[in-house]
Amino acid sequence: MNFTFTPENKKKFDEYVKRYPQKRAALLPALWLAQEQNGWISGEVMEYLAGLLEVTPAFVYETVTFYTMYNKKPIGKHHIQVCNSVCCWLRGSEQTVDYLKRKLGVNVGESTADGRFHLSTVECLGSCGSAPMMQIDNDYFENLDEEKIDQILNELNTE
Amino acid sequence: MSSILNNNWNNPRQREIKTAMANGAYASLKKVFNMQPVEVTEEVKKSGLRGRGGAGFLTGMKWGFIPKNSKKTVYLINNFDESEPGTFKDRAIVEKDPHRMLEGMIIAAYAIGARTAYIYIRGEYYRQWEILEKAIAEACREGFLGKNILRSGFDLDIYQHRGAGAYICGEETALLSSLEGGRGYPRIKPPFPAIEGAWRCPTIVNNVETLSNLPFIMNNGAAAYRKFGTEKSPGTKLISASGHVNKPGVYEVEMGLPVRTFVEEHLGGVWKGRKLKGVVPGGSSFQVLTAEETSKCCLDFESCAGCGTSLGSGGFYVMDETTCMVKMLQYTAKFYEHESCGQCTPCREGTGWVSQIVRRIEEGHGRQRDLDLLIDVSKNMVNGRTICVFADALALPVISYVTKFRAEFEEHIKLGRCSLQNG
Ligand SMILES: Cc1cc2nc3c(=O)[nH]c(=O)nc-3n(C[C@H](O)[C@H](O)[C@H](O)COP(=O)(O)O)c2cc1C
Ligand code: SF4
Ligand code: FES
Repeated sequence: MNFTFTPENKKKFDEYVKRYPQKRAALLPALWLAQEQNGWISGEVMEYLAGLLEVTPAFVYETVTFYTMYNKKPIGKHHIQVCNSVCCWLRGSEQTVDYLKRKLGVNVGESTADGRFHLSTVECLGSCGSAPMMQIDNDYFENLDEEKIDQILNELNTE
Repeated sequence: MSSILNNNWNNPRQREIKTAMANGAYASLKKVFNMQPVEVTEEVKKSGLRGRGGAGFLTGMKWGFIPKNSKKTVYLINNFDESEPGTFKDRAIVEKDPHRMLEGMIIAAYAIGARTAYIYIRGEYYRQWEILEKAIAEACREGFLGKNILRSGFDLDIYQHRGAGAYICGEETALLSSLEGGRGYPRIKPPFPAIEGAWRCPTIVNNVETLSNLPFIMNNGAAAYRKFGTEKSPGTKLISASGHVNKPGVYEVEMGLPVRTFVEEHLGGVWKGRKLKGVVPGGSSFQVLTAEETSKCCLDFESCAGCGTSLGSGGFYVMDETTCMVKMLQYTAKFYEHESCGQCTPCREGTGWVSQIVRRIEEGHGRQRDLDLLIDVSKNMVNGRTICVFADALALPVISYVTKFRAEFEEHIKLGRCSLQNG
């Protein structure tokens, strides 16, 4: 299936292009928009954006693959990203990762069988003072312990 | 204690422009627009304000590098990439008082002659991006952004540009590559961004905290600003504190505060009643201090440099006596291995090797000669062998951990494991 922006997103895209003196600068915001609409950045998305921004698909591909937050494949419904970087480690992030692995029954980099959750570990998220912490989709959850994790996942499971 | 940045942080409505204005937000603009742009730059020069993004470069002097009478468009970029382990202070400014930062951006843009400014915000800061979208819209509605601001004839638009998960994009030239839609590859300097930056036009990149100091300076004057801090490091500094302390968080302190006082009085001391083992005062890119060294060190640029480290971006983290320094270095190296952009061989290979060697020591397969090897590899990563200083940002910590805690590394190798609790 070919990818195109919804009319509403196309309008947003046109707005983004106007913010820069050169069209291709709108690539990062356009990719965010496409990911919001499509869930991940497929080959069709890349070709479509290359056409809109008048760059080669190779240029789009280079950009997409450089950044970790653009999904190169579909992922679980909720993306759990646990910070396992320097300062979070000092306050027990290894145990947080272990607990999530056990609780979800997956390894880091995997999705649960029902496709609800995808577990990743990431580098510093700018939340070191409230470690251990994780990001789920767009939200931060800080000062985690097992009880708190149970509660957060329960809420996401019953939504 | 009086402060410059955080006086309204306790007010939960400070994000709203009405509340912010009632507390004085945007008040400096009338005065600023009655001055010539060069006079604004002069005042900032006099204040001695230094960049809060890590390097501590004099802000007014940097602005002065913008070519005079250039026909090219000038750009201002607010660096809100904040991705260095230990650093989370810019986020506090944006969450608690975003209008102070926007006011600072308007002042800077006026001084350097920029009509367009971008906020480069790290991709993970989605909620902060929402806060700023709202704040920018409010500022437009009140006439502080857009055309002919306060009938001064000055126009300014501010846009946010979201990154997508790459620490290196905080480096100013990588940031420019990313702003232009490409991979976040740093560029060789010179040319410096002030001469040839975004789209090869003169560009000033300043940090969130740097810009947020400007309203105070313009309202109260350079002399009032200099009443804070030390001769060469005037003002206050936001320190984001984490690790093994009782009260982690973001603190505004006067430059020159002794590290020990900060730990004992602000952070409530080392947690669990334990002893202090080490401190990294400026973020993961800089050298670790031993407990002994911290007793001589103060939180300002000169004192930290004198102690062989850097105040950096104020990413302050504390290690208690149970911390395994091998593991600490392993975690530090893992970050840099993950984040190297890969353009330069000493960095791409060096960060990988360092990471591998430290991991092998940690896992019990180290050899005594690995320690000299680590120092050797690191020495090949510093002193301008690479396009940007990212490589130094791992090499310097490595050399400091291995040199200062050598006995611990040696023991780890001999035993094939850690003898400490937290290992
Ligand atoms: C690897 C690397 C990462 C950096 N990350 C940031 C960052 O996240 N935020 C920031 O303000 N400066 C960062 N800097 C410093 C910028 O290159 C630049 O010096 C700074 O934004 C200038 O602003 P200032 O003069 O107001 O400090 C980084 C530098 C390097 C080498
Ligand atoms: S030093 Fe490292 S991060 Fe900087 S340009 Fe070279 S490879 Fe990239
Ligand atoms: S190290 Fe985890 S948020 Fe900074």
